[in-house]
Amino acid sequence: MAFQYETYIRPSTFPHIWCPGCGNGIVVKALVRAIDRMGWSKDEVVVVSGIGCSSRTSGYLDFNTLHTTHGRAIAFATGIKMANPALKVIVVTGDGDALAIGGNHLIHAARRNMDLTVILFNNEIYAMTGGQYSPATPEEKMASTAPYGQIEPPFDIVRLAEGAGATFVARSTVFHAVQLENYIFKALNRSGFSLIEAVTNCPTVYGRRNRMPIPASFHAYYKKNSVPLEKAAKMSAEELTGKIVTGIFADVDKIGFIERYSRMSERAQAVRKKRYIKGSSPKGEVGN
Amino acid sequence: MKAATTSETAEREARRNRIRLMQGNEACAEGALAAGCRFFAGYPITPSSEIGEYLALHLPRVGGNFIQMEDEIASMAAIIGASLAGVKSMTATSGPGFSLKQENLGFACIAEIPCVVVNVMRGGPSTGLPTGPSQGDFMQARWGTHGDHPIVVLAPYSVREVFTETIRAFNLSESFRTPVILLMDEVLAHMREKVILPEPAECPAVDRLRPTGPPEAYLPYASDRDVSPLAPFGSGYRFHVTGLYHDETGFPTGSPAKIRQQMERLMGKMERGAGQIQRFELTGAVSGGSDPVDTLVVAYGSTARAAKHAVGEARQSKRSVALFRPVTLWPFPEAAIRQVSGSVRRVVVPEMSLGQLAGEVQKCIPPKAELRRVNRVDGIPIAPEEILDAIVA
Ligand SMILES: Cc1ncc(C[n+]2csc(CCOP(=O)(O)OP(=O)(O)O)c2C)c(N)n1
Ligand code: SF4
Ligand SMILES: [Mg+2]
Repeated sequence: MAFQYETYIRPSTFPHIWCPGCGNGIVVKALVRAIDRMGWSKDEVVVVSGIGCSSRTSGYLDFNTLHTTHGRAIAFATGIKMANPALKVIVVTGDGDALAIGGNHLIHAARRNMDLTVILFNNEIYAMTGGQYSPATPEEKMASTAPYGQIEPPFDIVRLAEGAGATFVARSTVFHAVQLENYIFKALNRSGFSLIEAVTNCPTVYGRRNRMPIPASFHAYYKKNSVPLEKAAKMSAEELTGKIVTGIFADVDKIGFIERYSRMSERAQAVRKKRYIKGSSPKGEVGN
Repeated sequence: MKAATTSETAEREARRNRIRLMQGNEACAEGALAAGCRFFAGYPITPSSEIGEYLALHLPRVGGNFIQMEDEIASMAAIIGASLAGVKSMTATSGPGFSLKQENLGFACIAEIPCVVVNVMRGGPSTGLPTGPSQGDFMQARWGTHGDHPIVVLAPYSVREVFTETIRAFNLSESFRTPVILLMDEVLAHMREKVILPEPAECPAVDRLRPTGPPEAYLPYASDRDVSPLAPFGSGYRFHVTGLYHDETGFPTGSPAKIRQQMERLMGKMERGAGQIQRFELTGAVSGGSDPVDTLVVAYGSTARAAKHAVGEARQSKRSVALFRPVTLWPFPEAAIRQVSGSVRRVVVPEMSLGQLAGEVQKCIPPKAELRRVNRVDGIPIAPEEILDAIVA
């Protein structure tokens, strides 16, 4: 039987705002299939997003959903996860949202190993605002604010997340929808901070300026230029220019923040109990 | 002599524990715990840091959460997230950090998420005077975030009142589903006073309404009432929260009629709740009474302590003076000031800012009344003599 996406979407919110041929829907479908494989109830899943085309995802999905401010989704998600660790908290964000205005929250959540899964929709552009360059726009690409071509180098997103301390990091593209789903599924199974970079296409404000106005041309590009990590290891930097290296970049078993906090909290409560037994007055604890 | 019973001993012990020598910041943290706050996110900044330090120690002991975030923007975001998960939450900061929180504060206003934001005012703008007191955020507390929005701002004037107003801040935020700002100043934050804390029964904690009906029928922003129940994430009521204009369901809308309806309700809930929210103290003669007031002093926060002293002295020398001390700064107690200032000749407004409070007071007093400002922004608290001079000169 075909997969029942209807189970997870909110029909009342359709039609969605995305352009025909936008890659975002492919990422959302991969996410939904991965969540379904987890066997979670919709009530225990929280999807938090920032601001951007990609961040509109939260409204379309039938979970507990939170559409926050630009760049801050991870910080909102941190509060939710700590307040109720039983919830499965997933962050949906764009390259501008997560790397520019929200870059600080991204690296700190990775460093803390906060128990969140981040799905970063990388279309290499600020799409919602009309195609300005982002921290992921490759050099020489055209953007509305880079009319002579982008002169800044982009972040290598997976290396950034890994370097900051994430436990599971992977990259795939909307052409590799099954692989993308599998990576998301693996990430959801991990405790600690996991990040999936989903390379996705924006034909409208990015493709148009970069000789790829047809959505299919992006897919052809992803097909031709994606290199699995293992193969990339044997290639020179020169050979790798313009390529998209896909694969799992980090997969380590490290206890997450929530577990660490609960251990610390147990210690703190044990100290308190001991004090009571000794009979000293419970000063400073009027707040019970 | 009869020996004390065990319960009498326990009672005496409990009372002894309520007598404390406390700092304002500590009273704020204790008040938060008493109100049921179980989540704090913050970023260190003088003169508010002790609040976070105190809660870092005590929250884990009561099964609560403390986190030091990477900045104030993240702290504000985290407390909104925690509140959505059903946990009462707070952050504390000072000027520069308060500026950083504004965007997410607006989010909490429009998405109607209860939370408490403490701003211990210091000299500004910018880094200003980190260790000096100020009252320069009076207007920022009201209008710091962009757009029309409801907000509640409370300003205690003693260490004990910091404790009780922190509890009230939580209770109002839960009752009205709105962020509440607790405005303190450096003097109040770092001052130590003997306090007798109230019995827990004297300041009961109020919890937000939760939905009880079928999830399909849940409207997080119903338009037929001021405040709708708020379901915690994970409780079976799946709904959407956004900072975009939204309708009753919480989903974004572009319909002018629905936007108008929601904005009117949002602003209206503060107006209609003003009676419950506004608290003030009037010392001295009351207008219209047997001893009509000649001069009215309006002051809040630590400045009101000096003002109280000045008014006391003036009254001893038979001056007809009263002190109006707003505890709730916003919604501004316009009606109350209008009433007490009906026949006054002079109004004195001392504040550690350059007329922010005076401007608001001016709107409420008779046009013929003379308004005298006593201002300081040099990090030195206003002395009673300066206020007395303005009263008598
Ligand atoms: C504080 C703030 N600054 C700027 C904006 C305007 N803005 C909205 S979306 C966006 C960029 C989004 O880019 P990205 O995260 O890559 O998402 P995409 O639209 O490409 O999916 C910007 C700059 C905003 N909403 N808030
Ligand atoms: S502008 Fe680009 S990213 Fe946004 S919906 Fe259209 S195609 Fe997708
Ligand atoms: Mg983008």
